[in-house]
Amino acid sequence: MVERIEEIEAEAKAAIEAAGSVPELEDARVSYLGRKAELTGILRGIADLPPEQRGPVGSTGNKVRKALEAMIEAKTDGLKQIELEKSLAGDRIDVTLPGTPARAVGHIHPITRTRRLIEDVMVGLGYQVMEGPEIEHDYYNFTALNHPAGHPARMLQDTFYVEHEGHVEEVLLRTHTSPMQVRAMEATPPPLFMIVPGKTYRRDSDATHSPMFHQVEGLAVGEGITLADLKGTLLAMLREIFGPDREIRMRPHFFPFTEPSVEFDVSCFHCGGSGSLDDGSRCGLCKGIGWIELGGAGMVDPNVFGFVADSGYNPDSVTGFAFGFGIERIAMLRHGVGDLRLFFDNDVRMLGQFS
Amino acid sequence: MKVPYGWMADYCDPGLAPGDLAEKMAMTGTEVERVVLLGPPSADNFVIGKVLSVEKHPDADRLSVCRVETGSQDGGETERTIVCGAPNVAAGQTVVVALPGAVMPGGMKIKQAKLRGVESNGMICSEKELELGEGQDGIMVLEDGPAAGAPASDFLPVAEPVLELEVTPNRTDCFGIYGVAREAHAISGAPLAAAPWEGGPIGPGVISEEGDIEALLDQEGSERTADRVRIVVQDPELCSRFTARGYTDVKVGPSPLWLRTRLIAAGLRPISNVVDITNYVMWLTGQPMHAYDLDLVPKGELIVRKAENGEKVSALDGSEYVLNEAMVAVADRNGLAGIGGMMGGSVSEVSESTTTVLMEAANWNGPNILRTSRDLGLRSEASSRFEKQLHPDLTLRAQAVADRLMVEICGAVPMAGLVDVSVPAPDSVPIRLRAGRVERVLGMAIDIELQIEALETLGFGVEREGDDLLVSVPPDRHFDVVREIDLVEEVGRISDLDRNLPATLPAGPGRPGGLSRQQSLQRRAEDSLRESGFDEIVGWSFTDPEETGRLRLDEEDPRSRGVRLANPLSEEQSVMRTMLLGSVLGAARRNLSRGADRVALFESGRVYLPAGEFGPGPLGGDFPGKTRPPSNEPQHLSAVVVGPVDPATWRGGAGESDFFALKGVLEHLASGLGVELTVEPLADPSPQPFLHPGKSGTVKAGDRQIGWIGELHPLVATSYDLDAAAAFEIELAGLVDGSPVGEESYVDFTPFPPVDRDLAVVVAAAVPASGVIGAVEAAGSELLTAVTVFDVYSGDGVGEGEKSLALRLRFRAPDRTLSDEEIDPVWNGIIAGLSGIGGRLRG
Repeated sequence: MVERIEEIEAEAKAAIEAAGSVPELEDARVSYLGRKAELTGILRGIADLPPEQRGPVGSTGNKVRKALEAMIEAKTDGLKQIELEKSLAGDRIDVTLPGTPARAVGHIHPITRTRRLIEDVMVGLGYQVMEGPEIEHDYYNFTALNHPAGHPARMLQDTFYVEHEGHVEEVLLRTHTSPMQVRAMEATPPPLFMIVPGKTYRRDSDATHSPMFHQVEGLAVGEGITLADLKGTLLAMLREIFGPDREIRMRPHFFPFTEPSVEFDVSCFHCGGSGSLDDGSRCGLCKGIGWIELGGAGMVDPNVFGFVADSGYNPDSVTGFAFGFGIERIAMLRHGVGDLRLFFDNDVRMLGQFS
Repeated sequence: MKVPYGWMADYCDPGLAPGDLAEKMAMTGTEVERVVLLGPPSADNFVIGKVLSVEKHPDADRLSVCRVETGSQDGGETERTIVCGAPNVAAGQTVVVALPGAVMPGGMKIKQAKLRGVESNGMICSEKELELGEGQDGIMVLEDGPAAGAPASDFLPVAEPVLELEVTPNRTDCFGIYGVAREAHAISGAPLAAAPWEGGPIGPGVISEEGDIEALLDQEGSERTADRVRIVVQDPELCSRFTARGYTDVKVGPSPLWLRTRLIAAGLRPISNVVDITNYVMWLTGQPMHAYDLDLVPKGELIVRKAENGEKVSALDGSEYVLNEAMVAVADRNGLAGIGGMMGGSVSEVSESTTTVLMEAANWNGPNILRTSRDLGLRSEASSRFEKQLHPDLTLRAQAVADRLMVEICGAVPMAGLVDVSVPAPDSVPIRLRAGRVERVLGMAIDIELQIEALETLGFGVEREGDDLLVSVPPDRHFDVVREIDLVEEVGRISDLDRNLPATLPAGPGRPGGLSRQQSLQRRAEDSLRESGFDEIVGWSFTDPEETGRLRLDEEDPRSRGVRLANPLSEEQSVMRTMLLGSVLGAARRNLSRGADRVALFESGRVYLPAGEFGPGPLGGDFPGKTRPPSNEPQHLSAVVVGPVDPATWRGGAGESDFFALKGVLEHLASGLGVELTVEPLADPSPQPFLHPGKSGTVKAGDRQIGWIGELHPLVATSYDLDAAAAFEIELAGLVDGSPVGEESYVDFTPFPPVDRDLAVVVAAAVPASGVIGAVEAAGSELLTAVTVFDVYSGDGVGEGEKSLALRLRFRAPDRTLSDEEIDPVWNGIIAGLSGIGGRLRG
């Protein structure tokens, strides 16, 4: 009987190995392990065998059955994998067709981008960013900035006035971001380090003047602040914006709310400040001067502190500097935009160039 | 201020090329806008000539053949033949000759040429050809003196460099040539001549006298000014000094060539010698003057008074001006004879027949002149100086210089003395410059000796007191330099500030820099729209008053009552915007008309409202400062999409830019800030008349209304040439204020699984989904953690005027797995709640 079991095992193994598909393998399983299979019958009839044969037949039969079951299972896995591969091979796409586009991202306006850049640089130098009103009282825009009524410096800036409760010239569109100097000092005792980006307005419109434009104001007030500190601060800022090799030039000037006052220039980043290009031609960016005019600055005039003396600004104990410049100008220089008006035209073909 | 280099060099020749001087001036506080050459591009080959003989050209009636002595340029001939077409050429004249090689203004080069058969070796120049005057009557004839062959530029401003200064309003001294010369002296160290009112030169051949000005003016003449002239100043606060001087035997005629050409070089028009003298004196000293024909001033009486409202004066420019009582006028016994500090009147204008002259040098109130100038729309050389406030002592300087010129040029006989009506001049108190103060402000030490030198070369008087300096200020700097800090600036700017000043950083601000929470979240909101495919625009703050009409806003709508500008550039930019929508729609239209097939735009900017609640924070218009801003300026965010949101591809059609597409964008933006937005149907009639009434809603963050969203009303779309568009506009402060970003507190999440149950409920079509969800949530107890709509259906199986919403409800408890037995009572409560809004379970 044991011999017969071993013969069955050899036959079954041959049949399993010969099976080429999952159904053929199932046929083999039924034939050799199914309810009507010979081995199943032998194992079921063990009780009828003579006692001395029951042990060997039982153990051999069960061992063979388990071996065959294991073999079938292994074979099934292999066959299934082959069949999967076969079916995947038939499931093809045209990989050369275009992909489904992700939604195109939009663009942040170059003025906003430039404003953020300046903000980030100044935040790194320890400044707060503040905002102020664009429709402003004459007091903040002029009077408290040491432009008394009738002062000719008021004429330097063509001012838009606002119809306000029948009064003339009391309310205006701020001509610079400087009114926030006074507002900030009213609200915060020294030391105060802050910048104010924002819209400003002057009654002027041509290729180089826009009735609406953007400025950044800077103000630093504390003990022992000097004009040299102003120079170092502007230099640090300009190097972040225009590159590490830049130099700064300060030219004495006049502003009613700073004394001494300067205008500041940055060395030209196109020609390296030489005024001429490698081929000897005149630099078109700085017009051969080597310097690019950027803005105005100076030491806060003691008269301005006089307007905020209540808030702790005593010109004998604190000094400070202030500066201001145009955002459009920085954006034009950094990105080579030739015409100021492009910024307010909002053509998507322009906007789309700034990622 | 135009400064002819040669005129300045009468007082200080800095020995620098004009371009280098300009550079140095720019670096010490006086911007030089440009340096131009007057007339020809070069002075080369323009020489003095003496006309020896003149003969008629044999073949041309209008031409003369002249022999002209021009000196020898190359050691050869000293005479040459020149054919000249001018009618006034005559033997014996001293002229300017352009030799062959000379280049005329405009670029024409002079060559040897044959004119009708006669060789001509150069050209005799007219004033016009050299751009030295109008000179209609032929060639320019100089006075005798210059030697033949000498460079013409030694005597005339031929190719004269003229510096065009941009003088800042504080520097009234630089509105006079002598003041500019002193600046050149301080910058270059070159010597400075005595002033033209105290012994220095006045012009070629005219030298001023030394001594006390008033004494000098008094010593001349047999007649006394005071006998012929009476001056009354009724408003001394508007005219702190009025000086007058009389002259007899005045011979009015053209000024000498040197004076005329200097005025031309300075950009002034020569008129007659008397008038030219007033202009010359003004240009030299900075103090304007005016000349009257004294015979036309009844009784020689002039009254300085405020004008009457509507009083008229006919001025020297030929115009009539209507004055008002805020303006100061000079009147004679019959009426107005001039506008104080602005312009004289034609009634006593100096003419060719004038023989007696009254010279006025007065001092006027700057702010008053500034206002008069603006109100009259009249700005003269005089008013542009007076408006900056001159010192009253300058009047005497001007009278002294004019005196010499009247005598030398007009042959006038001065009357003795001045009539001088004045209030006491403002005190001049020395200013103390404390030791160490310069270093403390500038951050750069300057040796005290150098400080003294800088101040002295600028004309200040300096006395040393220990390490302090006591500084007295000359009258022409009186209003500019009044405090210690002003002296610090003077010392600094002359001390090669740019080169010597170190670049340092200030001691720390005491707190770290940073963006505020509002500022960071504003950036986040803008970036969210960028990520959603929108391009940011920057629109104009001012708009067209018609815009609110295009947006169908009622006149009663507060947004129709924007802040108006009193002096707009144009009607199209005369009102401050109250919404951003017009701006984004305008930009959309412009881009579409230029060929874009779709646009998705947004703007982050302010609107300007006459009133309303401020805040919270600067985004809501609540800015720092003691005085509240005049209007309310909240920051808004508005977006518009026109055309497909996503383009069509081979896999499917384009995404529609409908309400839901844009709502998704807004929800994405809000969720980026951690804010859950709700949109509720608008009231009827719609408060947003520019939107499709059925496809629009109010945007809320929590209970706060923060804006609107919707598809455009077809009529509004049409008025912006758009087919269809969806838009929203929200107040950024409302969104940011509702944001938990940065303030979130952690809530432990549960390991127990949720149970999801779906239901379909049929409700009236008019019931909004938010109402259904609200009813479910109200009945849901704390076990219900989420409700989502996953289908909306109407049609077969649902009644007319009804819709079916399919909802997925998620139940979860933090501490256990929920059993059906626990959920069932809640579920039944929800069904009951839904029936409360007329809902029934479907099918």
